[in-house]
Amino acid sequence: MTGTLLTIKGLTKAYPGVVANDDVSFEIREGEVHALLGENGAGKSTLVKMIYGLVKPDSGAMTLRGEPFTPAEPRAARAAGVAMVFQHFSLFDALNVAENIALGMENPPQMRDLAARIREVSETYGLPLDPYRTVGDLSAGERQRVEIIRCLLQEPKLLIMDEPTSVLTPQEVEILFETLRKLTKEGVAILYISHKLEEIRALCDHATILRLGKNVGTCVPSETSAREMAEMMVGSAFEAPERAGRELGDVALDISGLSVKSPSAFGTSLKNIHLTVQQGEILGIGGVAGNGQDELLAVLSGELRTHPDAIRLLGQPVGRLGPTARRELGLLAAPEERLGHAAAPDMSLIENGVLTAAQRENLLNRGFLKWGAARSFAEKVIEAFDVRTPGPDNAARSLSGGNLQKFVIGREVLQRPKVLVVNQPTWGVDAAAAAAIRQALLDLAAEGAAILCISQDLDELMEISDRFGALNEGRLSDIRPAKGLTVEEIGLMMGGAHGMEVSHV
Amino acid sequence: MLKLEKRPQPSKLWTYLTPILAVVITMIAGGALFALLGKNPVEAIGTIFWEPLFGEFAFYYRPQLLVKGAPLILIAIGLSLGFRAGIWNIGAEGQYIIGALTGAGIGLAFYPMEAWFIFPLMVIAGALGGWAWAMIPAILKVRFGTNEILVSLMLVYVAEQLLAKMSLGLLRNPEGHGFPGSRNLQQYESAYNAEVIAGTGMHWGVVAAFMAVILAYVLLNRHILGYHIRLTGEAPRAARFAGVNPARLILFCLGTAGALAGMAGMFEVSGPSGQVSIDFNVGYGFTAIIVAFLGRLHPVGILFAGLLMALTYIGGEIAQSNLGLPAAAIQMFQGMLLFFLLAVDLLTNFRIRIKTAEAA
Repeated sequence: MTGTLLTIKGLTKAYPGVVANDDVSFEIREGEVHALLGENGAGKSTLVKMIYGLVKPDSGAMTLRGEPFTPAEPRAARAAGVAMVFQHFSLFDALNVAENIALGMENPPQMRDLAARIREVSETYGLPLDPYRTVGDLSAGERQRVEIIRCLLQEPKLLIMDEPTSVLTPQEVEILFETLRKLTKEGVAILYISHKLEEIRALCDHATILRLGKNVGTCVPSETSAREMAEMMVGSAFEAPERAGRELGDVALDISGLSVKSPSAFGTSLKNIHLTVQQGEILGIGGVAGNGQDELLAVLSGELRTHPDAIRLLGQPVGRLGPTARRELGLLAAPEERLGHAAAPDMSLIENGVLTAAQRENLLNRGFLKWGAARSFAEKVIEAFDVRTPGPDNAARSLSGGNLQKFVIGREVLQRPKVLVVNQPTWGVDAAAAAAIRQALLDLAAEGAAILCISQDLDELMEISDRFGALNEGRLSDIRPAKGLTVEEIGLMMGGAHGMEVSHV
Repeated sequence: MLKLEKRPQPSKLWTYLTPILAVVITMIAGGALFALLGKNPVEAIGTIFWEPLFGEFAFYYRPQLLVKGAPLILIAIGLSLGFRAGIWNIGAEGQYIIGALTGAGIGLAFYPMEAWFIFPLMVIAGALGGWAWAMIPAILKVRFGTNEILVSLMLVYVAEQLLAKMSLGLLRNPEGHGFPGSRNLQQYESAYNAEVIAGTGMHWGVVAAFMAVILAYVLLNRHILGYHIRLTGEAPRAARFAGVNPARLILFCLGTAGALAGMAGMFEVSGPSGQVSIDFNVGYGFTAIIVAFLGRLHPVGILFAGLLMALTYIGGEIAQSNLGLPAAAIQMFQGMLLFFLLAVDLLTNFRIRIKTAEAA
């Protein structure tokens, strides 16, 4: 089938302060895999929400197989044959697979019939799934399967996938691609949103590139180099961070036999973690979300307490100390969630500076706050890290994701930590800010700090880490030098395909 | 169609405007209520708001503003610290009563001795009594995670029973001809909460209220503890990340609120009220909750809100006697103030847009 399935003409959508999509036009052909490429903030999510009926465009038109297509809500889009797998799943941990899928259906059949259908469809497409397993026990890759099966049961003409591989190990990515190729053979078109260039080159027929809300070009990925596509995404030549050779000093952070129970019922407990980080070294910890990353950061920041000797800072046992005491000793942390955890959304940047810097930057005078000094510190961070904001009095929530992240990381870096632990330092951040943050981490290590970088972005970890380990279900793999690690080996350290296999039909 | 659009920043302008807007809307709604009751709305609103300040007998009523406002302000300041941190002390009325009992109790224990130290001792005793009563929900919350709303509220009823028992028993005036109630403290010079400046209604409780406003302002804006209180209320996860000790905060907030409410009770019973009787408490502990929110949990705001509430009490009493307005209508009026305030508070964080139908 080579007819046109979906045409998009002149779609525009504006929100207060930003034009998310500006006169975007392109087409998707039947049975093709079409990539939607762009960095964070380019407008991919908004565009796709308009196709799925979640958001009404301000102007523009869409046609589906020649007929005008104006979904008022997702139900209408689904009825027309458009299905979507979101980046963040909407699944209930406490229910099983079949119950979750039934919840999303208009007229769910009997549980027995539904379970049989789920088994059938999942086997046909190479994503075998047991309908009676509790979702809370599934890995991220398996949960994604549930979402995909949910879509496939509707027999869609167009399947939209939003950043599908951000939660998969390399082996699981291969299995997913097999499934998608099978789908396209049957005539289902796929709209594949991602910023991972090598994957797009491997999988997709055409790619439309968005930048700052506009369509800046279409290309055939297999005939275009990754560098060319990156340049179209960012609009300028790409600078990879500088990485000078570093001398390593004493062991700054020593974790031995660390086992921590997760505070939440569906969290992942840490089991017997051992690692060391030397001064001047960056240790990268990879792993798909939900394998203990949040717990590891919480136990290092002091929010979770543990046995005093389990964590040593320059030889000193700190496992039982709280966040304030650890900061005084030079162990700083930057959590994943910007708004609500690393920063208070409604407080100004000055007040958010006080949040972690009160002790080390000498902002207290016998308990009384020195607001002048706090203002100076916030201004210093804003200046040094190029945080785009009218001023330090602005609330944290008024900043864009990238700028707030620069502030959060900058706040910790400027406090001259001995050990810095960061979780997802560049998640949801535009490419320029991400590069600046990575450079800041490299510079900090060059000055002798020890850095533990927890991230789901393997490219990032390979770029900045000296050694690498992976978290899998709360356990840490062996730690290996980052140089020379193949994608295959990394995938296995992350747990391989977690016992999922491709079914051969 | 009206749409709500979240503002990128909480609006400073609307933070100051919302209480004023709430008062105006309440006046209109209250006026409508009074009209339904058969009274002239303009006359009723005027009696409530204008008479006490500028009317014929204003010279009498204006000092009453301070007398009625002081306990409200004192209690509300204490409550606002907890409310800001998400710690809901609803039992201020109980802490007020217990403070009155301990304060008056100490005073009466010294009777008939006259000495300069009796009154300060009563103040301390009143504060300690209220503090101890508030420690019950505090410790239960810290130790067992019990809900402080329920515990503090139920303790109000316990306190009321205790008050009745004391009035009839331990604290009963031996020369009172068998009537319930203690000696009248207004006649016991060392224990009397006299006016600091005669004729202005400004007794020691008023002085304490002003001091509380100033100290609360300094605490919230200049001290790390005040910062932690604000942080815990706005972003609890960030507060844990910053190293705030939640148990210490709970003990401090509930304890301070209890102490201030206890002091207010003690000032009231040794001054304007005069005597520990079965029902000398008039619900200041609950009205203070409205005052705290009307003042946007800000010390200076609470100062004005307390005076405004006192105005509605006094004006309400005048309206009752002059216009025959039922007492319940006044209480409804006060409740409406809080209701409308919470409603217009929306405008601080959201903008209202009128949306026309969009192109598809």
